Amino acid sequence: MDVILFLVFAVIAVVCAINVVVQTHPISSAISLVGVMGSLAVLYLLLGAEFLAAAQVIVYAGAIMVLFVFVIMLLNAGAETRKGRSLLVQLLGVPLLVAFLGLMAYFVQRLYPQSTSVHFGGFTKGGAKEIGRALFTTYLLPFEVTSILILIAIVGAIVLARKEGD
Amino acid sequence: MDSFIVISLIKVVVVFAVLMTTLAYLQWVERKVIAHIQVRPGPYRVGPHGLLQPLADVVKLITKEDMLPPYVNKPLYLLAPFLAITMSLLSISVIPFGPEIEVAGHRTYMQLTDLNIGVLFVLAVSAMGVYGIALAGWSSNNKYALLGGLRSSAQMISYELPLSLAIAAPLLLSNTLSLRELVNSQAGGIWHWNVLHGPFPQIFSFIIFLIAGFAETNRVPFDLPEAENELVAGFHTEYSSMKFASFFMAEYANMITVSCMATLLFLGGWVAPWPAEYGSSFVPAAVFAFAGLMALYHGANPGRRRDRYTLPVFGVVFLIIAAIFLLPMVQSWLAPLFWFCAKTGGILFTFMWIRGTLPRFRYDQLMGFTWKFLFPVAMVNLLVTGFLVALRP
Repeated sequence: MDVILFLVFAVIAVVCAINVVVQTHPISSAISLVGVMGSLAVLYLLLGAEFLAAAQVIVYAGAIMVLFVFVIMLLNAGAETRKGRSLLVQLLGVPLLVAFLGLMAYFVQRLYPQSTSVHFGGFTKGGAKEIGRALFTTYLLPFEVTSILILIAIVGAIVLARKEGD
Repeated sequence: MDSFIVISLIKVVVVFAVLMTTLAYLQWVERKVIAHIQVRPGPYRVGPHGLLQPLADVVKLITKEDMLPPYVNKPLYLLAPFLAITMSLLSISVIPFGPEIEVAGHRTYMQLTDLNIGVLFVLAVSAMGVYGIALAGWSSNNKYALLGGLRSSAQMISYELPLSLAIAAPLLLSNTLSLRELVNSQAGGIWHWNVLHGPFPQIFSFIIFLIAGFAETNRVPFDLPEAENELVAGFHTEYSSMKFASFFMAEYANMITVSCMATLLFLGGWVAPWPAEYGSSFVPAAVFAFAGLMALYHGANPGRRRDRYTLPVFGVVFLIIAAIFLLPMVQSWLAPLFWFCAKTGGILFTFMWIRGTLPRFRYDQLMGFTWKFLFPVAMVNLLVTGFLVALRP
């Protein structure tokens, strides 16, 4: 059951991810990206990280992607026209892709040689309590640094937005 | 395991049927309430007191021609109503209506499923509901629809922040994310409800939650996405027949979800306002008996000619319901259900009351209100609650 669900949602995630690139219209790409986020959330849920799954949907699918869609709608971006591919792309595209995938597979094999197979539902420390505890004890410094980074980004956004008025 | 599946299926069917009926009749109730606010009788033609009006509406909506305009973005145009209705119906699956009950030897909860992240689940699903409206506005390829969709998504993104902050404060008091445990932590009477419970009564976050909830469901006074006199009908201008009906149903289902969440988070869910040993279990019977006697009295002195026949029938039905509430074997699960429905219904009535009373906001007022007032207030409220909970011995 778990394996079937994993396969279904993994396939959906990959198909949506390919669709993000294939679609010519920005809105369709954005919606496909939402599909990727949603199926990733289901995969988190299968692994027992229910808080992470909910946060994934709320933050990525529910907030960030809504802003993307909103901006695309606001700018009224039209569909892209497909330009003719250059000779270099036509010749080297597929071999480079194969080489890249091979390299990735090789590194994964080297770094995790005897990876034990994942037990679905075997991991039970994905609740809000455990994650909160980990964030405020083990990972306190990265957490605070991230918050300062986000604050800087917010201030930067406001400065950039105000510039025209002055 | 098999009995679990069977019980779950029965519960799904019951909850779905009740929800659909409620959705249909909520609209009748709303028309009646607004009509009485405006001193007119409201729907009165189809059935006694217009009670069959929802049925007539459903037949009308199903049999209407299902138009597919030629200039729309077809896949997204068809996806949008589907998304809206699915996401709004999905969140009802984690709402608990009552405590654990025993039916024919099987113990089960009056709830479809109890997630330990129930609150987050509702937030996530409602966040996904924005796509239905935004996509409907965009894919219709219509200026008014696009403006409606833009307004709606901007409004929902903005009001989600104070909404989440207002939800976080009572969660600090109850120390759980499961909706069932949330209610259990408020058991014992009205002074244990989060809205009144110390160390910091959540009355402010209750009000913020309600205001943001009005905006999230696109209701008056925040119904700018469908402001008729500016935008025709807003994001659903190009939709007809059942596709229009699904947006309509989604709006009402969202209203029900917001009311249920307010009940669970702040008003103690199915918990009675005072303990049963002081007679709170007789309140439902008394309320229905009073309603029945009122109906009988008005049936004896009818204001309209038809009331002479209809009102006594209603009176007898109400008296029978009152008698059922007095039966000890059903009281254990009927009384909590009554309190849950009474609280949720009270908030739903507030929705309608405000629709009949307040005018619409202007768009800049709407945005300024949430970012400059509601969000800071919710933030301060959360900070104060957090400090007081941390200092609690």
